[in-house]
Amino acid sequence: MSNSSEAQIKEVVLRVLNGIAPEVEIDAIDPRRDLRDQMDIDSVDFLNFVIGLHKDLGIEIPDADIPKLASLNSCIGYLLSRVKQS
Amino acid sequence: MPSLGADMQFGTVVDWRVKPGDRVKRGDVVALVETEKGVIEVEIFENGVIESLVVQPGQKVPVGAMLATLSGDGTKTEAPAAKLAAISPAPAAPPKEEAVPLKIPIVPAAEPSVRLRVSPLARKRAQELGVDLSTIAGTGADGSITIADVERLAERVKPPAPAVSPAVSAAKGLDLSAMRRVIAAAMARSKREIPHYYLSTTIDMRKSLDWLAAENAKRPVTKRLLSSVLLIRAVALALRSTPDLNGFWIDDGFRASEGIHVGVAISLRQGGLINPAIHDVDKKSLDELMENMLDLVNRARTGHLRSSEISDGTITVTNLGEQGVEGVFGVIYPPQVALVGFGKITDRPVAIEGMLGIRPILDATLSGDHRVSDGHRGGRFLLAINRLLQEPEKL
Repeated sequence: MSNSSEAQIKEVVLRVLNGIAPEVEIDAIDPRRDLRDQMDIDSVDFLNFVIGLHKDLGIEIPDADIPKLASLNSCIGYLLSRVKQS
Repeated sequence: MPSLGADMQFGTVVDWRVKPGDRVKRGDVVALVETEKGVIEVEIFENGVIESLVVQPGQKVPVGAMLATLSGDGTKTEAPAAKLAAISPAPAAPPKEEAVPLKIPIVPAAEPSVRLRVSPLARKRAQELGVDLSTIAGTGADGSITIADVERLAERVKPPAPAVSPAVSAAKGLDLSAMRRVIAAAMARSKREIPHYYLSTTIDMRKSLDWLAAENAKRPVTKRLLSSVLLIRAVALALRSTPDLNGFWIDDGFRASEGIHVGVAISLRQGGLINPAIHDVDKKSLDELMENMLDLVNRARTGHLRSSEISDGTITVTNLGEQGVEGVFGVIYPPQVALVGFGKITDRPVAIEGMLGIRPILDATLSGDHRVSDGHRGGRFLLAINRLLQEPEKL
């Protein structure tokens, strides 16, 4: 997905999140707030989220970069830069 | 019908995964059974050939009832009902004869000719609660019915409280109010019957976290480890030197378990709690444990647990650190005799060789059954966990 747009990445992120927490209304997510906090997802869920992004976008996400995925906005921004690099 | 929890009395066969004539081996999933904890995949504990299916899908039967008959193939192992009855106060299955179909009662019919053994207080309590004594399997001496038996059944027959959104419950196929009642019954029994003692200690996690960060930096995302895996592994290894915390209290006595099967408390997204076990934790690598834990959590949350995972836990670990909790003083899950709680790892000032330093500190707690162990043994156990976490590369 090297030519992915922000909208495409957002769609992937929301789809992966929906798979992990299907009971959460995706439209109600505050893009600036911490995802784990507002969706009540634990470390196992979050690891599954990162694995899902890795598989769907085809990029490696170093462990040190995990804090950059904290909110929806920061997550999309980070992934966009990673996809452009790849 | 295997006992899938200390307070399970009935289960409903949802579907069979085998048919007469099928050859099965130990560990194969043979049926889906619905309990208050959701739909569980029931495994078989014998090798052989399915001879007949005694209970049909949709039928509700008591724990211990025969579900099917099996003809052996010379490699017989312990039968599931016998195995599970050994760790449960539920009534045991009738003796099984190989290759001979046995008829069993589908509902627990009271024997009119048999006089119920009921204490006067239990009989009075049954009258107060409107409980039919003939429907209770007594767990007291010689099968006598106790007050606890009466109250347990009364809890079960209470109408469910509308505490959870029906839409959410229906969507997941779980009766959450029923699950909450099961949790309430098990926890009430635990607090009533088990003389708990509680111990806590603080563990410096710097070495473990540094090791974990260095390890994860080398790994692809699909192979990363979580700190909770280190904790579970440390608990299992520490149990090798304190076996009196690993097993069950049954029939007024402790039965140590040969295997170390750690029950992991998992909160379900739609509400409720379940603590399926990871088997033989002390014999598995961190990678295997991580794989097992991810699989277990995912299956717990999608309703695909197996019967052995529900019934085999020999100790429970609960980690509430992610909820910001610092110390956990948990309720032991009967018939287990210990529960280990972990809180949030927080940076705290500590004295190190006469100097003040900041270290990531974890509060570890033990809830122990005083009938089996004491503070001395429990303290040794927590000390062992601490020591193990100071050498994470050896876990």
